[in-house]
Amino acid sequence: MTVLLDHRYRAGEMHRFDASGAEFVYLPAAGALFAFDEAIVAILTLVEQGVVVHSDLVKALSADGMTAADAEGLLREMRMVRLLEAENVVPQASIVDAPPADYPLQALVLNVTNQCNLACTYCYEFGADKISTQTGKPKYMTPETARTAVDFLLDSARDRKAVHVTFFGGETLMNFRLLKDTVEYANARAAETGRRCTYSLTTNATLLTDPIIDFLNDNAVGVTVSIDGGKESQDSRRIYKSGKGSYDVIEPRLKSLIAKHKTRAVTARVTLTAGNTDVVGIYRHLKDEIGFHEIGFAPVTTTDDGHDFGLNGDGMSDVLQGFHDLSEEWMQYALRGQMHGFSNVSETLSELVSGTNKSHPCGAGLGLLGVSPGGDLAPCHRFTDADEHVMGHIDTGIDQEKRTDFLTRGHVGSKYECTSCWARPLCAGGCHHEAFVRYNDTGHANLHYCDWIRTWTDRVLTIYGTIAVHNPEFLDRFADRKGLSS
Amino acid sequence: MKHLKPLNAKARRIDADMAAQEEDVVALQQAPRPHVPMGCSLVFSPGWEVDASGGTAGLCQPVERDIYDCYVTCFWPVQMADHVNYSADWASNCAAATKDWRSLDIVFP
Repeated sequence: MTVLLDHRYRAGEMHRFDASGAEFVYLPAAGALFAFDEAIVAILTLVEQGVVVHSDLVKALSADGMTAADAEGLLREMRMVRLLEAENVVPQASIVDAPPADYPLQALVLNVTNQCNLACTYCYEFGADKISTQTGKPKYMTPETARTAVDFLLDSARDRKAVHVTFFGGETLMNFRLLKDTVEYANARAAETGRRCTYSLTTNATLLTDPIIDFLNDNAVGVTVSIDGGKESQDSRRIYKSGKGSYDVIEPRLKSLIAKHKTRAVTARVTLTAGNTDVVGIYRHLKDEIGFHEIGFAPVTTTDDGHDFGLNGDGMSDVLQGFHDLSEEWMQYALRGQMHGFSNVSETLSELVSGTNKSHPCGAGLGLLGVSPGGDLAPCHRFTDADEHVMGHIDTGIDQEKRTDFLTRGHVGSKYECTSCWARPLCAGGCHHEAFVRYNDTGHANLHYCDWIRTWTDRVLTIYGTIAVHNPEFLDRFADRKGLSS
Repeated sequence: MKHLKPLNAKARRIDADMAAQEEDVVALQQAPRPHVPMGCSLVFSPGWEVDASGGTAGLCQPVERDIYDCYVTCFWPVQMADHVNYSADWASNCAAATKDWRSLDIVFP
């Protein structure tokens, strides 16, 4: 007796969406994005109702006029990309790769000072969510420490052709002399080995002067300005210790910065808080009246214990609506072949273009480390000067044990909730620092914003699909967006 | 791919990988042209192949992967993955042997 076997299929893991009348699918296991035709719609419709048998699918397709060979070819395509998978196949237990022990460093964030001339009420360095322990430690980084940090970066970067230094605070420009010295030193050191060092900084813009602006322009230092919007938004929480708002101080300085700084884009970084959720209005002001090239928004980091600045459900719905409206505008620009300055879309879209599938939410502890004013290493700038998170010192190198613990915890495979989420390739559980503030564990998935991430990712996928139908060449502009170094 | 259109870099890599599998192994009678490589069996009948010398040492695949035909059609108790008791899933990723034979795993009893 001959027993012929047949195969039973179920639908694989996928996120379907449509845009401009076409059907698309995002495959989380790979980070791949496909458009598909009516024949696949028909198969997916069948398989979504339950397990199906291979020969029945072939029969169904043949009944629709397809030859048996074509039907086999179609099912094979679907199996190969895992739109279909064998019914009795089980996913392997999540694999948490051992962190690479010798990953070449790409970027350092130098906390040039932990002091700040503002006292923004929501700041994670300042308020109730502060995790740093600064008592008895240097308040300002010395030039020697910064130079040692540059040497450490260049050594640890091994054969990378380009490295990056970000200056951060506190308020970065309270230690401008060090910044200037460090750029000159790093340029010289990098040139000795035929390499390149690029720079960026984050500032509140209160201390910008013409000589500083000239220096930033001459050295192509990327500038990100922390700013919350127009006068009313800015002055409600971005205030001096006296309580005075900072808008009137920064406005003329920003205009001067944007007028004279031509070598890199000048970016605004807006923190959204309770009462400051008018995303479109803030964008209009910062783009049209101040003149920023790009504007990015992020909801404030906070614990869930009722700070007055935290975003509640209503606040978050306002923010989502604002993101939706502004992203619609972004898409209309893209369809005309123009770049729009709403960088939240550009960032997500460029990750989708390359098909990013992250093991970790960001480069913290991998290619990027933070350095405290005293020279302690930390996973990123948000952890500097927090004793619990010290990960070595620029004099002695990386503490591999601490680093391994941090990266193993932070791996998406060790976050159970993420294993069934289709948005995990881009999110990977979210910010390590926010997870620590909220859940006291850097490796905890940021469950409080899962819905937000999925809604946002779906929105950008829809934009992607629409552009793919009407202006596909536009997507090519994003291919190299994150190409920092070779 | 005829029914799926890759739209990002990762999808294009999957597409390229699939295309690379189309003609990397060519059976004797198969397009683009018939040919007779040294040391291969003359017919594709997994499980019953021998090389030109009548043994299994010269086959393109380890002989353990060539027992598929026994598993699918054969009643004779030869050494093969046991689809009745122990290895019911052995061929679950192999819908068409001539294309998907790479998906067959080795079974260790």
